[in-house]
Amino acid sequence: VLVSIICSQNYPLYIRSVPTENELKFHYTVHTSLDVVDEKISAMGKALVDQRELYLGLLYPTEDYKVYGYVTNSKVKFVMVVDSSNTALRDNEIRSMFRKLHNSYTDIMCNPFYNPGDRINSRAFDNMVNSMMVQVC
Amino acid sequence: MADEALFLLLHNEMVAGLYRAAEQGEGENGRCTTKLESMGFRVGQGLIERFTKDTARFKDELDIMKFICKDFWTTVFKKQIDNLRTNHQGIYVLQDNKFRLLTQISAGKQYLEHAPKYLAFTCGLIRGGLSNLGIKSIVTAEVSSMPACKFQVMIQKM
Repeated sequence: VLVSIICSQNYPLYIRSVPTENELKFHYTVHTSLDVVDEKISAMGKALVDQRELYLGLLYPTEDYKVYGYVTNSKVKFVMVVDSSNTALRDNEIRSMFRKLHNSYTDIMCNPFYNPGDRINSRAFDNMVNSMMVQVC
Repeated sequence: MADEALFLLLHNEMVAGLYRAAEQGEGENGRCTTKLESMGFRVGQGLIERFTKDTARFKDELDIMKFICKDFWTTVFKKQIDNLRTNHQGIYVLQDNKFRLLTQISAGKQYLEHAPKYLAFTCGLIRGGLSNLGIKSIVTAEVSSMPACKFQVMIQKM
């Protein structure tokens, strides 16, 4: 399971995965999913005005990962990669996880010690992400 | 009701404090306005993140400006912008006929020369909010007769 936050200039502000091996592969997965995200945003301009952008549906044939995306109004993208073997994870749970991520991200933005565009170093944020990922695995 | 007064008084103190500090230092007037504006910028970024957390995605620039005029202004100043004009080429003029931060100062032409100091923070606020939404802009303000003022937003195409 991997959680990552990518800012509007498309570089990562935060990447965290629970089984910490294979991190490079996760980085790569997130990077490739960015293209799909951008495609969806540009397509959506003509269609509905929905904030949430769920279930990018990126499934690798060999390794079965599900990649979920979520974009805020400030063009910050949250990407989550989970094992397909974890079929217990429903749509609602993913949505609520993204909500929690968004709330914590908003809190970080309001932290005077945080400059927008820096890597996220907040301990509170780390704790929140840890507890969320533990719930999933 | 009390929280409105809190922000007004704090803002006035901020302006006064900055200018006092500048007088004791090198005394460069222009730098104070820049400092105020950059303060507003950072605050605007954080505020916008909070306010747009639950709103639907914005369709285009005009949508964003309307959001600033209605929701954003209402949350910060408890009223909406009275008039929004645009030339559809990247220039927007937001007119507020009774700007909260200026109502206590005067109701006409008195103290007109001091008005820009009190508008710098709000200019930064607008600029910060827009930049977090992905729009680079330059925001200026002008006052012809208190407490009405106009904010001019020039969108920079990248």
